[in-house]
Amino acid sequence: MIEQKVVTPEYLFFEAERKKQLMTGSEAVREAIRKANVDMAISYPITPQSESMHLVGDIFAEGYVKEYFRGENEFAVMSSVAGAAMAGVRVFTATGGPGTMRAFEVFPTWAGARLPIVCAFMTRGVNSPLTIQPDTIEMAYLLETGMLMLHAETAQDLHDMILKAFIVAEKTDVHVPVGVFADGFFVTHTKETLEIPEPNIKLPSYNPYSSPVPPMDMENVPVRQMRDPFVMKSNFISYAAHASWQQEVDAAAERSRKYLETYLGGLLETENEDADVLLVTSGTAVCQSREAMAIARAQGLSVGLVKLKSIRPFPTEEIRALATRARAIIVPEFNRVGWLAKEIKSVIDEPRKVVGAPRVYGGMTMPPEIILDEIRRVTR
Amino acid sequence: MNGLKYKVVAGPEGFLPPAAASMGVELPEAGQALVEGCSVCASEGLQKIAEKLVGAENPVFFPGPLILWNWKDGVAEKAVALKELAEAVGAKIIPMPDYRPKYPMINPAIEVNPNHPNLTIWHNKIDVCVFIGVHCHYANVALKIIRGGTNCYTIALCGEAGHEDAMVSLRDAGLAELKKLTALVRKLKGEV
Repeated sequence: MIEQKVVTPEYLFFEAERKKQLMTGSEAVREAIRKANVDMAISYPITPQSESMHLVGDIFAEGYVKEYFRGENEFAVMSSVAGAAMAGVRVFTATGGPGTMRAFEVFPTWAGARLPIVCAFMTRGVNSPLTIQPDTIEMAYLLETGMLMLHAETAQDLHDMILKAFIVAEKTDVHVPVGVFADGFFVTHTKETLEIPEPNIKLPSYNPYSSPVPPMDMENVPVRQMRDPFVMKSNFISYAAHASWQQEVDAAAERSRKYLETYLGGLLETENEDADVLLVTSGTAVCQSREAMAIARAQGLSVGLVKLKSIRPFPTEEIRALATRARAIIVPEFNRVGWLAKEIKSVIDEPRKVVGAPRVYGGMTMPPEIILDEIRRVTR
Repeated sequence: MNGLKYKVVAGPEGFLPPAAASMGVELPEAGQALVEGCSVCASEGLQKIAEKLVGAENPVFFPGPLILWNWKDGVAEKAVALKELAEAVGAKIIPMPDYRPKYPMINPAIEVNPNHPNLTIWHNKIDVCVFIGVHCHYANVALKIIRGGTNCYTIALCGEAGHEDAMVSLRDAGLAELKKLTALVRKLKGEV
């Protein structure tokens, strides 16, 4: 392990010299965690996530992570990281697809307990017959768990978003978990050239004493009692407390917007946003849409691109403004249900403008030509 | 949201009032305070707090664990300053010693709980209350319940980023701010 100097998040994100390195998305996770000053990482293998947490284990062996172990299963892992976060340490884990499903009960409790856990989700299909291939359907299930959701287009995004996620998650006025999503295999198992800071710097450590809830010592009163759940009684007092509690979790996500503006440069980014037809999407569907846009524009069609970086909080006002100008909004997705198209339809004034296509799933790729077909259809 | 600026004012606002943050109210930047949903300079916020405390019939301070326990340097001095402030106002102190729900066992005459703060406010007929030393999550949970079901005016002296759900909220409130507030209260009461 090389000696690391603690630097400000702003220095690490925006000012530190970056060097080019060819690596996979899984290796990008390792390099992010190497600089994230993580106290504890807990893993359980599932394709296509296994390699990333294996690599985090490697840097634990080198001394970059203070504690690391394998849980009994995903439910145990997500429960264990909750315990670690409650105790006041910075914690990281990753999962994907059926692993996400297996642990699902725990995710809403993370947000409810105001735990600043960062979890990478390497998305894959969850259906039967079994598939291990890329599919973003698990994101549909996670939309209302209270966690912030960032969606990486590339391994570079994945590296940068993981580091930034810790800092946003740990803000006192936010302090909810952040899920960083990357499309399995497309991002995790392919190589690209990243620009990353040297490993001799790292983020400042987490300060649990600014947490909006007291860090918990499970063994000792009175701290132990401070985080007891509500009395499960059927009365208005109990209901009102639950309701106010849930509102506060939503409020925390609202407060994260300004930090995501600062660190991600906005919840979305655009190319040719004044075009007649906008391709609005997230993850690796952005890469394919960019290709389709380039071909379409070369053919004289007015096409722009909106890359959503944050799904929760959702860039409602930004999309509403963009939708006002566009004649049609095409939403390419790597899943069967079209959860992103539904999200966009729900926030704009003219949902009929939204074309929920093309959709591919079960591991299929998304050739730019099928996006072009939709562009031609709406511009006929 | 209907485009009108949401005002964070004394209730009772209704069955389930929204979180002010979800209605577009944003926390103050450093050097600012929040008054009824609007950012103002910190000195204006201090003045508003002093006026509310002096004009109240039954003002009460609700100190939480962060100021009740001497858990780090500077807390004891802050607690002494808070006691001086309460004495200058002529206000009672009702502590929030921990956060576990105590309904229906709570004795509202002697303590307040974030999960049912309205019980203490109703029991003691409190018209202005001040949160200090309460962890931010629990303060926000309580402030919404108070706005929903009581007519109590809420003030939050927050050591962190402030509270949208309080009617007046200081951020980064430390020893100096407490001393300034005490001086303002004494000035308004004509004691200096």
